[in-house]
Amino acid sequence: MDLLSFARGPALKVALAVFCLGVGWRIVGFWLLRHRRNLNKPRASVLKFLSEGFVAVGSRSWPHREFIGRTGAGEALGYSYHLGLFAVVLLFTPHILFLGSLFGITWPGLPSSLITMISVLTLTLFLAVLFRRVTNPVMRMLSNFDDYFSWFITALVMVTGLAATAHIGGPYQIILGVHILSVDVLLIWFPFGKLMHAFYIFPSRAINGALLARKGAVS
Amino acid sequence: MSDATGVLAADLAPEQAKTPEARVAGAMHGFAQEIGALSAFRLESCIHCGICADACHFYIATEDPQYTPVWKVEPFKQAYKREASPFAPLYRLLGLKRAVTADQLVQWQHLLFDSCNMCGRCSLICPMGIDVAALIEQARHAMFDAGLAPKELYQKAAHQRATGQPEASTEPYREQLLAIGTRFAVEIPLDKPEAEVMLCVPRTDIEHYPSAVAALARVMQHLGISRTFRSDGLVAENYGYYAGGKSWQRDISLRLIEQAILVKAKTLLVPECGHAYTALRWEAADLYGKPLPFTVRHVTEFLADELQAGRLKLAQAATGKTTFHDPCQLVRKGGVNDAPRALMKAMGIELDELKNHGGFSFCCGGGGGVLDIERAAPLRYRTMQNKLREIDDTGAETFLTSCSDCRRTFDDAQAHFSWNKSTHSLLELVAKNLAGAGNRT
Repeated sequence: MDLLSFARGPALKVALAVFCLGVGWRIVGFWLLRHRRNLNKPRASVLKFLSEGFVAVGSRSWPHREFIGRTGAGEALGYSYHLGLFAVVLLFTPHILFLGSLFGITWPGLPSSLITMISVLTLTLFLAVLFRRVTNPVMRMLSNFDDYFSWFITALVMVTGLAATAHIGGPYQIILGVHILSVDVLLIWFPFGKLMHAFYIFPSRAINGALLARKGAVS
Repeated sequence: MSDATGVLAADLAPEQAKTPEARVAGAMHGFAQEIGALSAFRLESCIHCGICADACHFYIATEDPQYTPVWKVEPFKQAYKREASPFAPLYRLLGLKRAVTADQLVQWQHLLFDSCNMCGRCSLICPMGIDVAALIEQARHAMFDAGLAPKELYQKAAHQRATGQPEASTEPYREQLLAIGTRFAVEIPLDKPEAEVMLCVPRTDIEHYPSAVAALARVMQHLGISRTFRSDGLVAENYGYYAGGKSWQRDISLRLIEQAILVKAKTLLVPECGHAYTALRWEAADLYGKPLPFTVRHVTEFLADELQAGRLKLAQAATGKTTFHDPCQLVRKGGVNDAPRALMKAMGIELDELKNHGGFSFCCGGGGGVLDIERAAPLRYRTMQNKLREIDDTGAETFLTSCSDCRRTFDDAQAHFSWNKSTHSLLELVAKNLAGAGNRT
């Protein structure tokens, strides 16, 4: 079995299994911990605070006016590379075909040349994010293996994907194999590290937003 | 002189002496009591972006990364991953997370108590929506169980739990309260068997601002509502909340709850005290174990309702250019945003708002018990300068607030910096501008 067949055959199957089971257990695992009831009387109606929770999912996507001066640039950088990643993962035709083989649906993609440009831009932003993480004293202090490995594996997926598309770095079959293998590693790592924030971000915003709104406080 | 964990004996009360092992065991026990699905979710969700630092006045003033809010719960994040998270066995097996040490806990005492007002501003900036302040409050509970609450908070909490007063006083507060009534010629209804509203007072007001106590009594007298103070439930503050002693917080809250039930009160009125509002309005029922059989209202909420119902009329106040400090526990963490503004509007005050106001207001710097921690004073003074600048920038002649601890913090800053502003109580201003008969009887 060659590298490409291995990467998109048994390795992918194992990776997807670890991904699904790991993500499921990580969510169920903490949700099984004790739940406490709020016995104090809410200020807002149930409808009001639940709707505020939904609002917070969107409103927390950008800092409140009071915070923009200090955090706007950093958050813009973060969201930019996320948008780039989404575009490349979801709108590159070969990716759409691959996802179609898994889920049975496809959708129109962007031209390859545009995807390449977005990829280069996203990779540049990704390097900027790393630079920021190692030079900003707060981020450097907070960072651990999870932060750097999650960055590394995502960057590896992007670099190998670009190399495969541009036919550089070696025979196409090998580079594509390495690209898919790096995706397999990413999927295996996903449930164990901070990449899980993809599943947490919206519920977390909604819960905090609803709990603050329950007290009538700004969220 | 320090104990085996290196903590300065001067920073702790003698009763807090423990071996390093006992401190870790205490912290882990406290932590285990606290950790539930919601706090686990909050700990799980952190992406180490560090954005919370940009909301924290301690970080903004010092640019010292250790004051990053989420860093203040780092040992407990570490403990969660290692002991309680879904992959905890893996973390332990592979040695990926070390066990929390007593030295770490001692080091974190400064971060969890001296340099956090539990003001909750960090909870509004987190792009993941994590309530960092809630985690810090839980971490304080674990630190209390480790015997690492700062001495000042621990001793006041212990005294309040045992006697109802956070400190001994030359005259019991009950006597001081009656003396305030005589001095300010206002009725002090005390120990009535039944009342519609039960009143309590901040000990800060009894000791430092008796005119605020008189203002509360005068406004209630003017409204003619059936009301009473109770000797056995007089103090609004809750040092158990500050110190992180959850069972002590419960015992202290119970004094007020039991008295309110005894007099069949419909309302427990929280005076101008921010953290008392959080402790009674948002936490007491959970500690009591069932919903409270009365409502808990901050005095500004109560008066704003009376205003709206037409039972309270206010005269125009000649305060000139005026600004207002929103106490964090009332506004950001309590949702009492509109009531003080409604009262000021009724007195004809057009507020010159601070640059950061309402839910985004910066803390005075003294909240969360920080004002009581002696060694924290230099950092507190450094941190609150930004707030003082914001107040100065409004050019206001009158500076108001609705929390006596905030007021005391600003008055302390006035003395320390020779600051040219005095801080006034909104309640006192209301009491000075009562208009009409007002009496509902």
